[in-house]
Amino acid sequence: MGGKILLAGIEIPGIRGFDVYRANGGYAAVEKALREMTPAQVNAEVTRSGLRGRGGAGFPTGLKWSFLDRKSDKPRYLICNADESEPGTFKDRYLMHHLPHRLIEGLIISSFALGVKTCYIYIRGEFKYLVGVLEKAIAEAHHHGYLGEHILKTDFSLNIYVHPGAGAYICGEETALLESLEGKRGNPRIKPPFPAFKGLYGCPTVVNNVETLATVGPIIGMGGEEYSKLGKGKSTGTKLISACGNINNPGVYEIELGLPVEDFIYAPEYCNGIANDKYLKAVIPGGSSVPILPADLILSTAKGEKRLMSYESLSEGDFLTGTMLGSGGFIVFDEDACIVRNTWNLAHFYRHESCGQCSPCREGTGWMEKVLYKIEHGQGKMSDIDLLVRISKNIEGNTICPLGDAAAWPVASAIRHFRHEFEEHVLHPAEVLEKERRLSASFAV
Amino acid sequence: MFKVTIDNQQVDVEEGTTILQAARMIGGKVVPPAMCYYSKLRGSGGKCRTCLVKVAQSSAKDPRPMPKLVASCSTPVQDGMVVQNLTSPEVVEARKAIVEFLLLNHPLDCPVCDQAGECDLQDLSFRYGMEETGSEEDRREFPVTDIGDKIKLHMNRCILCYRCVYTADQLTDKRLHGVLYRGDVSEIGTFIQQAVTNNFSGNMIDVCPVGALTDKTFRFKSRVWFLNPMNAHRDCPSCSGNVTAWMFGNEIYRVTGRKNQYGELEEFICNECRFEKKDPGDWVIEGPRHIKRQSVISANHYERMKKQSVIKPIEGIMEDPE
Repeated sequence: MGGKILLAGIEIPGIRGFDVYRANGGYAAVEKALREMTPAQVNAEVTRSGLRGRGGAGFPTGLKWSFLDRKSDKPRYLICNADESEPGTFKDRYLMHHLPHRLIEGLIISSFALGVKTCYIYIRGEFKYLVGVLEKAIAEAHHHGYLGEHILKTDFSLNIYVHPGAGAYICGEETALLESLEGKRGNPRIKPPFPAFKGLYGCPTVVNNVETLATVGPIIGMGGEEYSKLGKGKSTGTKLISACGNINNPGVYEIELGLPVEDFIYAPEYCNGIANDKYLKAVIPGGSSVPILPADLILSTAKGEKRLMSYESLSEGDFLTGTMLGSGGFIVFDEDACIVRNTWNLAHFYRHESCGQCSPCREGTGWMEKVLYKIEHGQGKMSDIDLLVRISKNIEGNTICPLGDAAAWPVASAIRHFRHEFEEHVLHPAEVLEKERRLSASFAV
Repeated sequence: MFKVTIDNQQVDVEEGTTILQAARMIGGKVVPPAMCYYSKLRGSGGKCRTCLVKVAQSSAKDPRPMPKLVASCSTPVQDGMVVQNLTSPEVVEARKAIVEFLLLNHPLDCPVCDQAGECDLQDLSFRYGMEETGSEEDRREFPVTDIGDKIKLHMNRCILCYRCVYTADQLTDKRLHGVLYRGDVSEIGTFIQQAVTNNFSGNMIDVCPVGALTDKTFRFKSRVWFLNPMNAHRDCPSCSGNVTAWMFGNEIYRVTGRKNQYGELEEFICNECRFEKKDPGDWVIEGPRHIKRQSVISANHYERMKKQSVIKPIEGIMEDPE
């Protein structure tokens, strides 16, 4: 299964340091880009590679870069979005922890392509230990002349700064991130204007995910054409998937897009099947905000085709029978998992993380959480289930930023596919609570 | 000039105009309601989502509809844009939902609220809201915060429109209050208890669409519909001195700025005019202000009906009886 591109060399001891990384072919792509290519050529390679944003939306990176306002005489900024806070997603943390130089390399090449002189890594506040790792890597790159003034004796200069956030999920939304970086309250901005025209300090800005930017190095190294041969269809290349839940081998895996979901769950080199010989019940394949799918729909589409780990295949059937690849936070539930409890847990998270700026999200997330709490704790009514559907429908699409959608989708999809479980909670609360109590007791050894 | 069609009525507007401003140029029922947008405050709008409209055609060049409902107060118009406000069932449904969300944690203590009778949220829910809600939950409550001897903050009623924050930012030399915390527990406050004292801080009361910020000098003195709003002016060294004096007989109960038909202040006034000058001798009374017929304040105030105020159908839409 597809060679390790992004995580290549991760097993080598000391790869976190500059010398070992350099000795294993690191920074060759930077030299290639800066010495042999023009910024336009780098842009063209990235476009040719078909790389899509790895943060969740899957927007083509080359196209996003082409939107940048290049006519403006203001400085441009590149921002690396390392505010990875989606429940179930921990791929960026893994990448930055083990291969910080792969990210720095990608940032140098991307900044060169975009004509950026200042680049910020906006890192999640809880990743405090990673700030040191990244700052050490930046200092090493500075010391060896890959950062600072006149990199590799060319006209290109670049400085990278690490900026830790204060621990808000919403600051992963690109405009809230910009506000936070400017030192303001992390409220998403109202678009338009888009960051490509008016971003950080009112200047043209590109915001990309850690994995997206780290992939730019290997793309330049191997060529965009070669990279686009990996994967399937419009989902080119490889993707980091962070698998967790009731599986035998949780962890971060680099897969070639187009891998069948069944193989990913059951193959020994990946998740290696469901833990304790239980059955697969449901999967949230792309981080907590994407719709949950029951076992039959995650393994094959409604049309009976094999479901693949790719942007297109996972969204086959739209939200009725499909979901999204999202950020690659693969959460697996076994037969014992309570979907209602899980949905309540997620609703609780989104209520806590809503910024409170626009009314549907501020009020709606709290309302959903309260109703789900009632159902989970045996005080629900049948009409509450339809009420949840109505609230999620009213939030969806009516908010400033996608957090409203992210809060509404898990609830709507859980009811769509597991309505019987909600009904069981309402009709037989005593039995359900007793079952859950017994299960949680069996775990607490 | 851009041509925009809103609810089948066409208007020519300058480039850069928002849909809401274009709708206000047409006037009448096509104007979407706005709880957070305030034309005189930079950066306001986009938050309450009551002004959501459907864009059925993005522009003459690109006739595709926009995928989501857009906030009309912050979306600039394009040439040939076709907008649906009340003619789109989707918008009407969404607006009902937004009103429900806004009222979800609102205490509905209108009977004891000084804002009742001139409250934007009352008007909004009367016009667009549903008769009942699906909510049975307890409403959110905040501890009482004191922000000075002139302004009363009643956080339970707040809908977090951010208007008062923008007012303090753009009108006073130093903002002393802001939005604290996040999500459904976010609140307006000064964090460390201190008084909001700036000479123009009283305008926060007038921009507040609900009863979250009210005048302490007028607290529980009278219901607004028992008072006569009169245009008055005085020679004020710090502001224009053009105000509305709310009178009962010969007594001035309170002083506010003059509001236009969208509830926005025509001019901001200073705290001295607002809080200190309650003696009729301080003011030159010009005469009564025009009151909307549908306003509760117009009860027992009889005016000669103007010709336009006869309800006449224009392309299926009733004209506002102004």
